[in-house]
Amino acid sequence: MDVFSSLMDGFATALTPMNLLYAVIGVILGSAVGVLPGLGPAMTIALLLPVTYVLEPTSAFIMFAGIYYGGMYGGSTTSILLNTPGESSSVVTAIEGNKMAKAGRAAQALATAAIGSFVAGTIGTALLAVFAPIVVEFAVSLGSPSYFAIMVLALVAVTAVLGSSRLRGFASLGLGLAIGLVGMDSVTGQRRLTFGQPLLADGLDIVVVAVAIFAVGEALWVAAHMRRTPLHVIPVGRPWMGKQDWKRSWKPWLRGTAFGFPFGALPAGGAEIPTFLSYVTEKRLSKHPEEFGKGAIEGVAGPEAANNAAAAGTMTPLLALGLPTNATAAVMLAAFVQFGIQPGPLLFANEGPLVWALIASLFIGNFLLLLINLPLAPMWAKILQLPRPYLYAGILFFATLGAYSVNLQAFDLVLLLVLGALGFMMRRFGLPVLPLILGVILGPRIEGQLRKSLQLSAGDPAGLLGEPIAVSIYIILALILAWPLIFKLVRRNRPAAAGPVPATEAAPAAPSGSSVHADLPVHPDGAAHTGSSIHSQSSGKPDSNVQSDGSAHPDKKETP
Amino acid sequence: MSSSPTLTSRLKGRSELGVALLLGAAGVLVLVDAIALVTPYSQSDPVGPKTLPYIVSGLLLVCAVLLAINVLRGGQGEAEGGEDVDLSHPADWKTILPLVGAFVANILLIDWAGWVVSGTVLFWGSAWALGSRHYVRDGLISVGLAVLTFYGFYLGLGIPLPAGLLEGIL
Repeated sequence: MDVFSSLMDGFATALTPMNLLYAVIGVILGSAVGVLPGLGPAMTIALLLPVTYVLEPTSAFIMFAGIYYGGMYGGSTTSILLNTPGESSSVVTAIEGNKMAKAGRAAQALATAAIGSFVAGTIGTALLAVFAPIVVEFAVSLGSPSYFAIMVLALVAVTAVLGSSRLRGFASLGLGLAIGLVGMDSVTGQRRLTFGQPLLADGLDIVVVAVAIFAVGEALWVAAHMRRTPLHVIPVGRPWMGKQDWKRSWKPWLRGTAFGFPFGALPAGGAEIPTFLSYVTEKRLSKHPEEFGKGAIEGVAGPEAANNAAAAGTMTPLLALGLPTNATAAVMLAAFVQFGIQPGPLLFANEGPLVWALIASLFIGNFLLLLINLPLAPMWAKILQLPRPYLYAGILFFATLGAYSVNLQAFDLVLLLVLGALGFMMRRFGLPVLPLILGVILGPRIEGQLRKSLQLSAGDPAGLLGEPIAVSIYIILALILAWPLIFKLVRRNRPAAAGPVPATEAAPAAPSGSSVHADLPVHPDGAAHTGSSIHSQSSGKPDSNVQSDGSAHPDKKETP
Repeated sequence: MSSSPTLTSRLKGRSELGVALLLGAAGVLVLVDAIALVTPYSQSDPVGPKTLPYIVSGLLLVCAVLLAINVLRGGQGEAEGGEDVDLSHPADWKTILPLVGAFVANILLIDWAGWVVSGTVLFWGSAWALGSRHYVRDGLISVGLAVLTFYGFYLGLGIPLPAGLLEGIL
């Protein structure tokens, strides 16, 4: 069956009244939690997992699709109206978006974000529909050694490329893999890390781990550092754009989409790099460069489009390879597994109707987002005023409920608290959360592929290199790991290029290196209290980045 | 690190070393557990259940050592910001401890007293710990949420949350 007719069948499934209702619920829920601080789409889906067991898998995933896109949009609303981005992907939006809002152009900023998200999301989903089957065709020919290599690449790339400290990323990954080890070994039935505790034999439920790390950890962390002064939310009416705004927005939308989708689809995806690249590009190309830093609409339109296109791109490896590259995709993978569906190349063959309904509902969710969120923007601004004690008490309440309802045992709540404390510690000491979640979810799958690969070669490690794809992936992997070293050598040989030293080392991933970072204005009110990597780069803290690898470095400040 | 005064001054304000310690402990734990596994060599599973634990414990131990070195040389993890986070004041344990208290109370009560009671305690206690002083309004919201979710899960999802003390009434 060709893509188009499959997709039409998907629409037929997704447009039944019940499924449409779930999509609407998903979009509203997603936007609400995206707007609310402390909650994100990944956590929302994790919390809803036990609840959705009673649903058809198709309906559940249609709702998840709505939550996914809704959450992205909600996040940008907060950045624009509050200047405190909740997620790293909306950091860039806050730079110009909040300036626009302060200048009385909040309605236009929200409008260009919403319409740009719609444009990018729609194009991105179309690309997903076209490319995912192609990737699948390629992927079915791969054997275990290649899958093993791809999964290792995804783990290492997410850990090494995102976030500000590689060392802390790998520490988090190690903890996640260790958590993933707990329970009965799937091949031999041996109990690992259960300490004779029968309740641990089935392993730690992914719902409990995700809810603990995302929700409980966040609630405890915020409780420790609650902002006592009320936040200043800029009031906003219904979003709209003038003719001039349209004229200045449409090109950034398209360029942002072009940046976002490929980065989202890569194993080391994420929306940080494309949003950032889009911002810099728009600044260069703008006919109004003087407005940048004072609220240029291009600086909102481009990054927002990039953000949403990356979100669509992320679905490609998830559906075609069973490979999640962000937290939401990781939780969705867990959801597939809990519904007894095996993600990966066979997904399209075995669960065709479900996959195409999911893709169709991504289109529908996008459209609903535009339809619902333009009129509801003032309401989202009001949600931001919810008293904080209720918000965080509510998060703890529903986290407990979600985790308890999986197995109805109080022991899970003890785990919830212990892992929540771990989440608190990780936030305190700058350990990124994503590698841990990916480690928990991918760890057992990686082990499975490793065993299968070596079973074929009767234990000879050379079996891991048995496929050409695997070999090329290991070369890419080596390059990613050696990148900071190469970068240092190159810089030493070209001292002229060593201008902004702390800034150049800050992001080993940004391809255009120093020039990119030098362009980013230091963000005066954001730099002090946002933990995002971009702010730290622009403020040029000497010890926050590559040096954290523990490697010796000439600029090192030795504390006596 | 030769003389003790330098050592103490180096250790001061280095609570992050605790993270390195935790990583090290986790690494040792995984290692010891893996060694204790007894598996005969099997042709069909040459990798066995021990390999991945060995790799993971190696990763954790290396990270622990590198992190300790990094922290002693002045490296610092960046605390996470957010909408409601104000990092300018130190951690406020007077909020966290009662909050954890409410959470623990819920764990202890849930099987015996039931979700409606324990959930009420959890929400009310958390809101109080977080600074809400509208005792009556908080109480009404707590009871409302707990009862609503109890019936919602029972009737809507078929998940019977424990009724506990209120068995027969609900």
